[in-house]
Amino acid sequence: MRADEELLRATSRMSRRKLASLAVIGLVACSFSLGHPQKANVAAGKLVRSAYAALEQAPDSASARRNPFEGDAREAIAGGKLYEQHCAECHGEKAGGTRRAPSLLRPEVRQATPGTLFWILTNGVVWRGMPVWSKLPEPERWQIVTFLKSLVPLSTETTHE
Amino acid sequence: MIGLRIVPACIGQPGRGICRFFIPIFLLLLCGSSLAQESPYIVTYDHYLEEPGNLEVEYFSTFGTQRGGNDFDAFWTEFEYGATAWWTTELYVDGQTTFDDSTLFTGFRVENRFRLLEREHLVNPVLYVEYEQTSGADKILKEVEGHDVESDFAESDAELRKEHDHELELKLLLSSTFKGWNVAVSPIFTKNLLPSEPWEFAYAVGASHPLALKASPERCSFCRENFVVGAEMYGGLGDTQSLGLHDTSHYLAPAVAWNLPSDWTFRLSSGFGLNGNSHRLLLRWGVSREFSGFGELARHLFGGHE
Repeated sequence: MRADEELLRATSRMSRRKLASLAVIGLVACSFSLGHPQKANVAAGKLVRSAYAALEQAPDSASARRNPFEGDAREAIAGGKLYEQHCAECHGEKAGGTRRAPSLLRPEVRQATPGTLFWILTNGVVWRGMPVWSKLPEPERWQIVTFLKSLVPLSTETTHE
Repeated sequence: MIGLRIVPACIGQPGRGICRFFIPIFLLLLCGSSLAQESPYIVTYDHYLEEPGNLEVEYFSTFGTQRGGNDFDAFWTEFEYGATAWWTTELYVDGQTTFDDSTLFTGFRVENRFRLLEREHLVNPVLYVEYEQTSGADKILKEVEGHDVESDFAESDAELRKEHDHELELKLLLSSTFKGWNVAVSPIFTKNLLPSEPWEFAYAVGASHPLALKASPERCSFCRENFVVGAEMYGGLGDTQSLGLHDTSHYLAPAVAWNLPSDWTFRLSSGFGLNGNSHRLLLRWGVSREFSGFGELARHLFGGHE
């Protein structure tokens, strides 16, 4: 954290003109990010509400699907590995949420059926910032659901809202 | 951490251009990494976009045989950024070496892909819009369009580079994933921005499948789940003045992607020409790495507001 603060202090000393020239020398992709901050990340609270609301949009047939790996500890471990690789950067290493994506330890998620979580993973919440994950094979998505269902929220856990 | 020490040092000494050059590199060092789950396609696109805020840096090389001329190695670097979950933007920088001739920069491309539907469907459409400014010596063959044929590249680089192309390229990417199989089809429409030039047409199709559908609990490099194999086929379909398969070239390319837990992806593809107008062999390889949180870090550094 101290290093981050040092970096931010140093950055703030730069004139805007220098910053602009650096941006040009930098990557075009970076400049896109300046001109178009992700709306989904602007208001974390809004994102959270939207993301949880998306859980309610799962069709009944999808929500009713059963997890073929339910309660399987080995699949939950594999799901944890997949979570770390694909999900943790946004939802946090402990699934407690970050500025980019909401906590997965909240009751809305805890109470969602495995089928609902699978449906969200498959379809994403695209207009609000979560990409689709259907590129992961179906068994891998169920492994992630198994992992999420194995999580026990800690009483001391801090979640982003 | 190296970047954290050097960036402020650069900032304190205005006029040192070298520092400005290195800052984007330091930005990447500061970013986290993210395991990509990449398809093996090099020419074809599926409907999966870059994750929001992530930057993927890719380097590709194409070795091509050339009858009536010198073999070549064309290469390009891609910077692919996930602006949102439905919009990915890319910058390409192209170059090539023609053996016993020369090495030269051949142009750049700016590309955007827009996801058109919110949810997954049987077929998922993505709109692809690209502007490219290249010379006639560009040989990356990322798309084979219109009446592009092998003999177009037989001349020397000095001659080829005299031609300058400003092109608009549109693709409708149609992609479907079912039971681990991905099938992707892309009709391609290209217009040289000179009014006299016709629209050119092309296609790219691909299919791929991971070697394993389930992840193993162990963190491993050689697990079957890390490999995705497939094949793609691409070629020209003529233009508005002469539509059809005559004087066109076509390729079939088996391909494999290896997604490493260390956040790197390697791709290998061997394209075989399917008719007499095609290069006999286009051997392609690529390496890429995805950096998570790049957009957020860039906004911090360049004055973005919370």
